[in-house]
Amino acid sequence: MLLLSWVGIVAVDGEISAKSLTLEEAIANLRSEDASLRYYAAWWVGRFRVSQPDVIEALIEALDYEGDRTEAGGLPLQRNAARALGKLADRSAVPALIRSLTSPDYYVREAAAQSLGQLADDRAVPGLVALLEGGVAVAVVAPGQPHLVQPYDAVLEALGNLQAQGAIDLIRPFTEHSVPKVQYAAVRALYQLTGDDQWGERLVAALRGPDLQLRRALMGDVGAIGYLAGAAAIAQTEAENSLKLIALKGLVEHPNATPDGQTLTDEGRRILVLMDGLL
Amino acid sequence: MSIAPSPELSSDLSPDLSQLIRAVDEADSVAKMVGAVRSLAAAQDPAAIPTLMAVLGYNNPGAAVAAVEGLVALGETAVEPILAQVDGYNYTARAWALRALAQIADPRALELLLAAAETDFAPSVRRAAAQGLGALRWARMAAEQVPMARDRVLAVLTVNATDLEWVVRYAAIAGLEGLAQSQPTLGDRVLGLLRDRATADTDLVVRLRAQWAIEQLAAKG
Repeated sequence: MLLLSWVGIVAVDGEISAKSLTLEEAIANLRSEDASLRYYAAWWVGRFRVSQPDVIEALIEALDYEGDRTEAGGLPLQRNAARALGKLADRSAVPALIRSLTSPDYYVREAAAQSLGQLADDRAVPGLVALLEGGVAVAVVAPGQPHLVQPYDAVLEALGNLQAQGAIDLIRPFTEHSVPKVQYAAVRALYQLTGDDQWGERLVAALRGPDLQLRRALMGDVGAIGYLAGAAAIAQTEAENSLKLIALKGLVEHPNATPDGQTLTDEGRRILVLMDGLL
Repeated sequence: MSIAPSPELSSDLSPDLSQLIRAVDEADSVAKMVGAVRSLAAAQDPAAIPTLMAVLGYNNPGAAVAAVEGLVALGETAVEPILAQVDGYNYTARAWALRALAQIADPRALELLLAAAETDFAPSVRRAAAQGLGALRWARMAAEQVPMARDRVLAVLTVNATDLEWVVRYAAIAGLEGLAQSQPTLGDRVLGLLRDRATADTDLVVRLRAQWAIEQLAAKG
């Protein structure tokens, strides 16, 4: 309910007033006794990018909070805190997030890996690499769970974002993993690490695959890694125009298309032509 | 895939067209549906319009693209039937229908495009409408109606240019560029809006689109 009312305030009044109205409340709630208030406050500060020292400190504290477990033993507050820290671009959170990579809760490990990928601090590389230990052979479904034993796709994606050159040999076997999202996370990372077009082309080829969910995710990947040769393939993918436009936005805003972050290039113009055709 | 039969199947359809429509109704996979819609669209028969319109609501993007292409290929003939059948409830279907109208660019769609761009809750609908408003074929409108109509289009696109959604702002800029090309008397006012977006917009892609629009208008002189 709380979440809905916050979203409602934003839709009506715009972000600024929503922030000024409830910022203090959200910060206070980060340390509330009420677990659900803490949970939503952790989401809120991430959603509105409230990056200030007291918020970061409270979120780091929340990463150690072991109350408020789900029936299955999950740690929802830790998950939200880890996700929020990825959005707040404060590297002081990196050591705590690295510790969360060994949390007993799979979803905390996943959120920590994603956030460490976003924070782009290479201190995280050894902890991430450790989660790939044993390679593809041990990367199987966790007993009784709807996920693998580790959040491989998040780890692989993070290693790509972190430019972890030393992990290339470890990552390569995962391009043959049986789970498509793991396989393509490895492919995506290898493109980022090597710049070798064979990996970009493999993502592009998969845009013609039969699984709509996967096509949607891969379009975003091609945009996020700045594989410019994939622009036309995104435009032609059988998927919603809204998602193609978001993927192409990622592509044209990538330094590969707009190196100085402000001036339109010929590559950029080619992408805008494609976007215009999807409006 | 189980779907309702096409609406308004009448008995005086040609046997070939009936067969093509039946293929759409009976398609039992996403891929078969896409193929059947492509074939129906290729027939370029106005009697296919109700089925093509129905396909826009099937949540099958490949089939919807083929249906929109079919409707656009029919051109002016399709305008009134589309206007009559635009889906008030399914916003994905509405966005596709608006796209078809935007590409046909017939001024009979003006009122619907203006209303959609200004008030539709779905960003994908506002986006399609804003682009379409800039692409209208003004030569098909009675000359005495043009000055008031183009001012209304400019007013709505001006609002869209500061929409909360980046994609609507992007479409508004594409629309403004088209409007300035076809209605040069609005050129200075459009240029002012584009210059503002080229520097002030929060999203790089929107700033880049505005830069490009300014370039292209300058090239036309």
